[in-house]
Amino acid sequence: MDVKQRVIRIIAEQAVMDETEVTPDKTLADLGIDSLGLVESIFAIEEEFDIQVPFNANKPEDSEFDISSVAAIVAAVETLVAQQPG
Amino acid sequence: MKRVVITGQGTINALGRDVAETLDAMREGRCGIGPLDIRDVDRLAIRIGGQVHGYDPEANFNRQQIALYDRFTQFTLIAAREAIAQSGLSFAGDLAARSGVILGTAGGGMQTSDENYRSVYEEGKNRVHPFVVPKLMNNAACSHVSMSYNLKGPSFTVATACASSNHAMGQAFHMIRGGGATVIVTGGSESMLCFGGVKAWEGLRVMSRDACRPFSANRNGMVQGEGAAIFVFEEYDHARARGAEILAEVIGFAMTSDAADIVMPSKQGAARAIAGAVRDAGVPFESVGYINAHGTGTAANDKTECAAVADVFGAHADRLMISSTKSMHGHIIGGTGAVELLACIMALRDGVIAPTVGYEEPDPECALDVVPNTAREAEVDVVLSNAFAFGGLNAVLALRRVV
Repeated sequence: MDVKQRVIRIIAEQAVMDETEVTPDKTLADLGIDSLGLVESIFAIEEEFDIQVPFNANKPEDSEFDISSVAAIVAAVETLVAQQPG
Repeated sequence: MKRVVITGQGTINALGRDVAETLDAMREGRCGIGPLDIRDVDRLAIRIGGQVHGYDPEANFNRQQIALYDRFTQFTLIAAREAIAQSGLSFAGDLAARSGVILGTAGGGMQTSDENYRSVYEEGKNRVHPFVVPKLMNNAACSHVSMSYNLKGPSFTVATACASSNHAMGQAFHMIRGGGATVIVTGGSESMLCFGGVKAWEGLRVMSRDACRPFSANRNGMVQGEGAAIFVFEEYDHARARGAEILAEVIGFAMTSDAADIVMPSKQGAARAIAGAVRDAGVPFESVGYINAHGTGTAANDKTECAAVADVFGAHADRLMISSTKSMHGHIIGGTGAVELLACIMALRDGVIAPTVGYEEPDPECALDVVPNTAREAEVDVVLSNAFAFGGLNAVLALRRVV
């Protein structure tokens, strides 16, 4: 499974939705994911890919990690995975 | 109803080893937050805190005591010693039976839990010290104060996360006001600056990596502290009869529950608690001159708290002062309201308002007089101390100057 599908699976699980409903253009608000759900999703992403996601819940908009849409999150995770050593 | 006054105060925290040192630091706007010196700090993403550095248990307690006292209990006993000494009280006979201990803590003996989990899980040991349970239990500090000073009346520990101390002091106030006790030793303590304690907070992603900047537009989270503050709450007539020095009068208390969210604060819940405390005190809203804010330095708390204050006080919100001393001593979790009450008493007695340090950029969502960076001289008659816990449990105390 590619990064995109694995991220979508995590978000879909958090949103309690079918993966097909988690389309790239959706925002977390569209999917009904609140701040606590977001922090939990980021934790799941870190565990899934063994990466550190730079995210501070106080300043989501200033974090290097773009959470503005599903597509943005996928792209951000792809970047972090690509930066992994080895 | 009985009147309730404060006749003793004591503390140990990142700003000082006693009340005098702590108040000096608050007057000078000195920040006690710095690099954490704890085991495995290199495995933490958050490496700052308001830690009590250079603390030597053996300078304060003997070997047998140290075997029974977690760090949060040690801090409590150090603060209690100072407070009770100042009050001049000794407890025997009827007074002992009518005096108790009501304390707040969120984590209790977390250092003990952390060390012993490490020993059985990480080091694979199959045996732990026999005193682990009596050392880690949340009421350990309360019981040791009771035993140390022969306090035989109502005694218990309150745990409401970041509002624990305020809830505890509120219960102490009610207990004396209602005639259930003559003296209550009250306040709170926390010592969560251990690997597991900081790691758990890290997970929530609300911690700052550089500083606690309450109400500042560039604030980026809370910073944990540790320590204790203890007060002697005493029935007014009893204090007057023995000629005790009265530091302040406790005149009101209110508690509310948001019934909404496990971490996000609610403006309505906070506002109901603030207004409730003023009404309970029976003073005009315009008489409130200073509020020691909950002011955690998170995005959510500070704007919600300012909105609640604005709602409650209307135009008067722009005339009162509100500051967060967490910017200096860090968020002492279950002990924080107690340490912050020191700033409230300083405001009433000395006419010095402790500042919000680390303040850099005005935030239109926190557009109140937050006493930025420098302490201010001002005469105030009534002050409030806010505490709003995770889980939506709010507790606000009102104090008055006694002339």
